[in-house]
Amino acid sequence: MSDGIGARVPRKEDKRFITGKGKYTDDIRMENQAYAAFVRSPHAAAKVTGIDALAAEAMEGVIAVHTGPQMKDDGIGDLITGWSITSKDGSPMQCGAWSPMVTENARYVGDAVAIVVAETQEQARRAAEAVEVSYEELPATVYVDQAVKDGAPQVHGNVPGNMIYDWEIGDKAKADAGFAAAAHITEMEIVNNRLSPNAMEPRSAVAVFDEAEDHYTLYTTSQNPHVARLVLSAFYNVAPEHKLRVIAPDVGGGFGSKIYIYPEEITCLWASMKTGRSVKWTSDRSEAFMTDAHGRDHVTKMRMGFDAEGKILAFETDTLANLGAYVSLFATVTPTYLHGTLLSGCYAMPAIYGNVKAVHTNTAPVDAYRGAGRPEATYSVERMMETAAREMGMDPAELRRKNFITEFPYQTEVILQYDSGDYHKTLDMAQEAADVAGFAARKAEAASRGKLRGIGYSTFVEACGIAPSAAVGSLGAAVGLWESAEVRVNPVGTIEILTGCHSHGQGHETTFAQLAADRFGIPIENVAIVHGDTDKVQFGMGTYGSRSGPVGMSAIVKALDKVEAKAKKIAAHTLEASEDDLVIEGGEVKVAGTDKSMAWHEVGLAAYIAHNLPEGMEPGLKEASFYDPANFSFPAGALICEVEVDPDTGVTEIVQFTAVDDFGTVINPMIVEGQVHGGVAQGIGQALLEQVVYDEDGQLITGSYMDYTMPRAGDLPSFTLDHGCTPSPLNPLGVKGCGEAGAIGAPPAVINAITDAIGNNDLQMPATPLAVWTALQATKTPMAAE
Amino acid sequence: MYPTNYHKPSSVADAASLLSGGEAAKVLAGGQTLLPTMKQHLAAPSDLVDVRGIDGMEGVTASNGTITIGAATRHADVESNADVKSHIPALAALAGGIGDPAVRSMGTIGGSIANNDPAADYPSAVLGLGGTVVTNKREIAADEFFQGMFGTALDEDEIITAVRFPVPSKAAYAKFPNPASRYAMVGVFVAQTDSGVRVAITGAGDDGVFRHEGLEQALSGSFSADAVDGVAVGEDGMLSDIHGTAAYRANLVSVMAKRAVDAAG
Amino acid sequence: MTKVTMTVNGKSVSHDVADTALLSDYLRETLRLTGTHVGCDTSQCGACVVHVDGRAVKSCTVLAASLDGADVTSIEGIAAGKDLHPMQTAFNQHHGLQCGFCTPGMIMTGIDMVNRYQAEGRALTEDAIRHELEGNICRCTGYHNIVKAIDDAAGQMSGMAKAAE
Repeated sequence: MSDGIGARVPRKEDKRFITGKGKYTDDIRMENQAYAAFVRSPHAAAKVTGIDALAAEAMEGVIAVHTGPQMKDDGIGDLITGWSITSKDGSPMQCGAWSPMVTENARYVGDAVAIVVAETQEQARRAAEAVEVSYEELPATVYVDQAVKDGAPQVHGNVPGNMIYDWEIGDKAKADAGFAAAAHITEMEIVNNRLSPNAMEPRSAVAVFDEAEDHYTLYTTSQNPHVARLVLSAFYNVAPEHKLRVIAPDVGGGFGSKIYIYPEEITCLWASMKTGRSVKWTSDRSEAFMTDAHGRDHVTKMRMGFDAEGKILAFETDTLANLGAYVSLFATVTPTYLHGTLLSGCYAMPAIYGNVKAVHTNTAPVDAYRGAGRPEATYSVERMMETAAREMGMDPAELRRKNFITEFPYQTEVILQYDSGDYHKTLDMAQEAADVAGFAARKAEAASRGKLRGIGYSTFVEACGIAPSAAVGSLGAAVGLWESAEVRVNPVGTIEILTGCHSHGQGHETTFAQLAADRFGIPIENVAIVHGDTDKVQFGMGTYGSRSGPVGMSAIVKALDKVEAKAKKIAAHTLEASEDDLVIEGGEVKVAGTDKSMAWHEVGLAAYIAHNLPEGMEPGLKEASFYDPANFSFPAGALICEVEVDPDTGVTEIVQFTAVDDFGTVINPMIVEGQVHGGVAQGIGQALLEQVVYDEDGQLITGSYMDYTMPRAGDLPSFTLDHGCTPSPLNPLGVKGCGEAGAIGAPPAVINAITDAIGNNDLQMPATPLAVWTALQATKTPMAAE
Repeated sequence: MYPTNYHKPSSVADAASLLSGGEAAKVLAGGQTLLPTMKQHLAAPSDLVDVRGIDGMEGVTASNGTITIGAATRHADVESNADVKSHIPALAALAGGIGDPAVRSMGTIGGSIANNDPAADYPSAVLGLGGTVVTNKREIAADEFFQGMFGTALDEDEIITAVRFPVPSKAAYAKFPNPASRYAMVGVFVAQTDSGVRVAITGAGDDGVFRHEGLEQALSGSFSADAVDGVAVGEDGMLSDIHGTAAYRANLVSVMAKRAVDAAG
Repeated sequence: MTKVTMTVNGKSVSHDVADTALLSDYLRETLRLTGTHVGCDTSQCGACVVHVDGRAVKSCTVLAASLDGADVTSIEGIAAGKDLHPMQTAFNQHHGLQCGFCTPGMIMTGIDMVNRYQAEGRALTEDAIRHELEGNICRCTGYHNIVKAIDDAAGQMSGMAKAAE
């Protein structure tokens, strides 16, 4: 079957995008539409002492100006966090309240203070500039290490020392014993730089209040419209769920940043009710830099102990995590259960202890960004392995091999149980593909051109397929993370699959359709995927955490199983055969060993005509499934990066990047490779280019592409890819998830390669030309010694 | 954008009177810097005087050892112009490295030098080649034209009509782009001209494009990369920001100067 | 307000436009051609690239008022009826898009670079394609398949040009 599982099927959804007919939120225009702009705090910390909107309200086209206290009076709730973390002393986490618009204090530059609704976008923006807000400036806490110092300005009155939680994982005593027995201990301090997700489509919302029906519709840039509806309804009190429809149409990338329900969307819904107008707000890029949740921002001190042979005895990490001014939806779980649980990497570590202190600062909220916690863990483990190998004079690949987990399932010391894998094989394949054997010659050749060539590894494992509901519930999650599907066979045999996942670039309309095409032998054109509309699709959890494959597709498979079973019953009845003798292939249900068959569409028709169904069978052919995974899935990979550094300028060129991943079963290799390309590019971006910078007053320095370096085509190489395959035994397809792998695995490979090239391990991300040149200066013999 | 009044005069005289008539009128030449600035509400001209409709403002002429480029000539047209490529290939290459292809199809030489952005490329060529800025009122030598960051000798109602470049015996431009903006973090234009060696540096200085005397002296003695090595490029007056410290920029000035000298042959 | 008449995707259109209206505003809001996207406010992302008088420009950095008499082509205007442009086909065949937001600008930039290189007889190498994409940012694809798509389309466009001769 050419469209089935494993086929490189070009994407069905592409046509509308390549012809300019995609329908993104900002492309929507309602009748009676007005435009919103937000008045934002220019201060990182300030008390709002007065708001004078008289001049703004009098401006041409202005419909209304509303503020936070009015919203609170109307009963709109504060923003919530989706995961409660318990500190190591047993106390619950402490975090400050987050109102959609400031009611008293502004806590970061960009905090929304008022909304202006006007007839045009430009009128709204100009009126927003005319709203006079009086601020009493307060001292700000900006950096993570500063936040935990005695006497640091407190971001929220109810969070002493800015400490949201002080969490631990693993066994400190066991780790200490391991270090006591160690022949070698490597110690490091690393920084996981702060990033801006930068989906190319800025966030947007169109809120439509229908007064006659007392009903709201929200079109928005969301990765998970059902969760948005749940939260908007149950916690923000916008409207009960049956009076609120959330539609996420075509969405231009997310990378985590569009999981969250932000103040702007909530406020637009409320403003639509207040003004009786449809209200559209579209972020510009500058606003996006200020207010989209950032990612990462960890500082980690760590040490690893080895025996004389290089076997790991103990690993200990001590991390400060910056969560920003307010705790966003997934912010608390990212540095804890998505980070601490991956500290074993793909190595057998007998003792692990991790401590994470999460703090408030007067900066934008920090939440999950592609990889979410797992890149931070991988960066720690893989920088540590490379560094330790260098210190012990061992080949970095050999040190890894010496410690690889080889038997599965494998229970780590940090909660997770890995499902399957073959880490030696992916590393073998990567070394072969990267021609590691020829590296020395390439390095010598580069030297003859005055370039410093280096090689770096990253062998990593990730926990994907988020997530088994009961397990995450026991760890503090507010909701389970199952997924749902409905498969509708129409009377003509065509199929609609309704999924609670949301595609914003992942190609679900093709990959998911391949499952049905494969199952029933019908053309992929006869299968449509329906997603992104709470009125059309049963509940679902959305797309993030590399979950749409292992969780979303498993739900589809379960529903397909039910459809197949019923279809066979109908066919068996019609063909007067036993169900056990039926096979479905090539668009027909056949009785094995005979020439008796029914076309697939005849089965569909029979189900709906219902003239001749088996005794007691309900008409129709439509089945649903709610699939809750038994465990996470554990994709793994081996990445090898080769760089050339120009010693005169510090410029790093990535000359070769090899990624061999094991995602288990792959449905559409073309799409999976695309996910790896994009993930690796974001990982390289983190390693080489990207960093959100605030000055010490909390002003955002990197507020546009003039200062925030996005990876461009010329910054990246063509990638060399291959796949290993150890199917996950825990879900029906054996898939493991592929969306985040590149972003998780790539950064340490890049930094390991650069530090190898320049001969100085003291280098933090991003390794900008300035940073690399500075590190190179430190390696030079002082002039005086000459 | 704040409201503005768009004008498209067909003569320089009309343009000049529009410029002096508006309370805060500005010339619109390519708009690749001005329009983004207006979008962000950082500029609010009362009137925009589009000079692209004026006859004779666009195009390249070569005569008597000079290249003259009309002020409204776009970067892409300088990049691909046969006369520029054969007489001052460094200038064609510089134009071909400004911004990106789409910016080069709109941005103009007059707009670039009138704005005198401290990280723009063209000012280094005008200063490095000892060019002459021709306006509706007078001719201004490059050494007098650039007056510090975003500053020029232009009067409020003065319009650049062309820029004249003497053809050098050799010249080259080496640019180190800012990783984020891709503007010049350091751009060094070196030229051997009838009036001696000139070295103009953009991007690096905290007060815009400038000539580097030390490099000019050293290269006058020996036009070679080795000569650059002998010049200590100081950190004084160098910009410092998240992309480059003053020390780093000073280093890049040396490195780019050497590369430019090598490229000039 | 300024009255402008221009040709957009082969059709003559005429409107009074605000003197502050950008070409991207005019296309998206007045003509409702929403395939042209706006992804930044500093003229860097390239999602808004269209062709004006045969050149690729950033429509977010051009005033509509300045385009009286211009010939504008946007993403909606490059297919010949139902026949997609080879650049569009190549983006599909090589998986050169994921979320699709940057795609219109990428395709318009791709067509422009191929046209320029072929007109000048220059070889459009992988390095050249990557360099020419300096003004177009994609967050999804890592550019790998965009480069492949443009390279493939260049071959097909060259074949078309030869066939037309």
